[in-house]
Amino acid sequence: MVPLSYYLVLSGILFACGVAGFLIKRNIITIFMSIELMLNGVNLSFVAFAAQWHALSGQVFVFFVMVVAAAESAVGLAIVIAVYRTRGTLNVDQVDLLKL
Amino acid sequence: MLHLIVFSVFGLVCVAGAINLLVQRHPINSALSLVVVMGSLAVEYLLLGAEFVAAVQVIVYAGAIMVLFVFVIMLLNAGVEEHTKGSRVAMLFGIPGVLIGSVLVAWVLLQHSGTGSVAVGALPGPPKVIGWLLFHDFLLPFEVTSVLVLIAIMGAVVLASHPAEVQQSAQPDEREG
Amino acid sequence: MNLGEFILVSIIKIVIAVGILLTAVAYTVWLERKVVGHIQNRWGPTRVGPFGLLQPLADGVKFIFKEDLLPPHVFKPLFIAAPMIALVFALTSISVIPIGNWVTVFGVHTPLEITDVNIGLLIVLGVTSLGVYGVALAGWSSNNKYSLLGGLRASAQMVSYEISLGLSLVGVLILAGSFNLREIVDAQGGTFWGFIPRWNIFQGQIVAFFIYLMAAYAETNRVPFDLPEAETELVAGYHTEYSAMKFAMFFMAEYANMITVACLATLLFLGGWHGPHRFGPPFVQAILPIFWFVLKVFVFLFIYIWVRGTLPRFRYDQLMAFGWKFLLPLAIANLVITALIVALRA
Repeated sequence: MVPLSYYLVLSGILFACGVAGFLIKRNIITIFMSIELMLNGVNLSFVAFAAQWHALSGQVFVFFVMVVAAAESAVGLAIVIAVYRTRGTLNVDQVDLLKL
Repeated sequence: MLHLIVFSVFGLVCVAGAINLLVQRHPINSALSLVVVMGSLAVEYLLLGAEFVAAVQVIVYAGAIMVLFVFVIMLLNAGVEEHTKGSRVAMLFGIPGVLIGSVLVAWVLLQHSGTGSVAVGALPGPPKVIGWLLFHDFLLPFEVTSVLVLIAIMGAVVLASHPAEVQQSAQPDEREG
Repeated sequence: MNLGEFILVSIIKIVIAVGILLTAVAYTVWLERKVVGHIQNRWGPTRVGPFGLLQPLADGVKFIFKEDLLPPHVFKPLFIAAPMIALVFALTSISVIPIGNWVTVFGVHTPLEITDVNIGLLIVLGVTSLGVYGVALAGWSSNNKYSLLGGLRASAQMVSYEISLGLSLVGVLILAGSFNLREIVDAQGGTFWGFIPRWNIFQGQIVAFFIYLMAAYAETNRVPFDLPEAETELVAGYHTEYSAMKFAMFFMAEYANMITVACLATLLFLGGWHGPHRFGPPFVQAILPIFWFVLKVFVFLFIYIWVRGTLPRFRYDQLMAFGWKFLLPLAIANLVITALIVALRA
C-alpha cells in the first residue's frame, strides 16, 4: 500500500525538474522537453487522485492533457524548425531580438 | 510490500531520468532520458490501475511525441549546447534554495499523509468505462480536442513547409511538412 | 497460484517463447531465401544440410565470427544501443500473443501465452511504436549522410503507417468489444451455416484485413515499401555502418517484427487457433489449436514472402502519398461503416 503522498511527491519532483530545465537550459528543444516533463508530472498527480477518490474523470482528463501536449509539441516543433531556418541557431539567447 | 518496491524502483528511474535530462548537454541524450521517464511513468500508472492511460502514454507520448522530438533533433543536427554566461550568484543561492524549498514541501506532504493509501489497482480503469465517459460525460471536450488536433496538423504542415512553396501556390507541394 | 509459482511458470514460458521465436526467425530467413529463389526460377540454399536447412546455422556462425567494426566517428553509446533497442522491442511483443487455449501441464493451469492482459492489443501497438527508435537512432548515430537519410525515411514511413495499422484494427475491436487478444479470438469461434468459420475476415473486415496487410508491409520495411533499406538506393540505409552481430540484431528484429505482425493478423482476422478440432485422441485435440495457429501464421508469412518476390518497390513520395492519402481515409471509412453497422444491428 503506497500512500498517496508518495505519488504526489514524485509528481512534484518531476514538475520541479521540468521548471528547472525550462529556466536553466538554453537549447529550444530541451526547453520543450522540460515542458513535456512538467505535463507528465501533472498527469501523474491526476491519475493518483483519480485512484484515491475513485473518480475515473481523472484518467479521462489525463487523456485530454496528452492530446493537447501532442498538438502543442507538433506546432511547437514546427515553429522551432522555422526559427532554425531563419536564424540558423537553436540557442534561445540568440533569438531574443525581433531583428534578424 | 511488493507494491512499494516496484513504486520505489520506477520512481527512482523517473527521477534519475528527469535529472539526467537537466544534466546532459546534448539534446539527444535529454530526449532519450525523457523517453525513459515516460516509460517508467507508464509503469506507475499501471500500479495505480490505470491500464488504458498507461498504454496511451506509451503509444502517444513515448512512441509518437518523443519520436517527433528525436526527428527534429536529427533533422536540425542540434549539437552540444553552448554554455552561456549563467550567473554565479544565481547558482550559489538558487540550487540550495530550490533544494530546501522542495524538501520542505515534500516533508509537509508526507506529514499530512492522512489522505490515505492507494492500493494497487484500487480503481480499475478499463478502456470500456473510459470510452463510455469520453462519449457521454466528456463528449464536448472530446470533439473540441479533435478540432484542436486538426488545427495543429494544419499549423504544423504550414509552418514547417519551405517558405518558397507557401507563396507559390501554383507549384504542387509534394513534400510532407 | 502463489507468487513464486507464478514467477517460475512465467520464466519457463519466457524461455520457451523466446527460444521458439528466435528459431522461427532463423527459419523464416531460410523460408524466404528458398521461396524467393523458386519464384526467380533458381534453387535457394541447398548445400548446407538437406534442402539447405542448416543454412541459418551457418549464417549464425558467420555472424559470430565476423569482425565487429566500430567506426571511429560514430556516436558510440547510441550506435551500440540502437540494434539492441530494435531487437528488444521486436521480441517484447511476443509476450502478449496467445497461441492456444488454457492448458494444464503438470498440474499447472496456465494460458498459452506469457501474460494475459486486458490491453494486449494496445501493448502490441505500443511496442511497435517504440520500435521506431531503433531505426531512427541507428541512422543518426552512424554519422553518415546515407544512414541519416535512410533512418529518417524509414522512421517517417513507420510512423505514418502506424496510424493506418491502428485504425484498421479498430473495426475488429468494435466487433469483439475488448482489447484482450484471447477474447477477440474467442469471439471468432463457431461457424456460419455450419461450415464457413466465423473469422473476422468473413465477418466484414476484409477491407480492414487488406489495409492491415499493406500497413504491416510498410511497418516492417518490406517490399514493396523497403526503400529505406534497398541496396540500390541509399547504400544500405540505416544499417550501412553495422557489421556482424549488430547487423544480425537488426536482421533478427526485422524478421521478428514480421512474425509478430503475422501472429497478430492470425489472431485478429483469421480466427487464431480455431479450426476443425474434433478428431483424434484427447492428446491430439489439445495440440491441434497450436497446429492451426502455426499453419495460419505460416500462410501469412508465405504471402509476405510471395509479395516480396513479385512486386517492385515504391518510390518514397509515392509511398508516403499512398499511406496518407489512400490508406488513412480508407481505414477511417472502414471504421465508420463498421461502427454504423454494429450500432444499427444492436
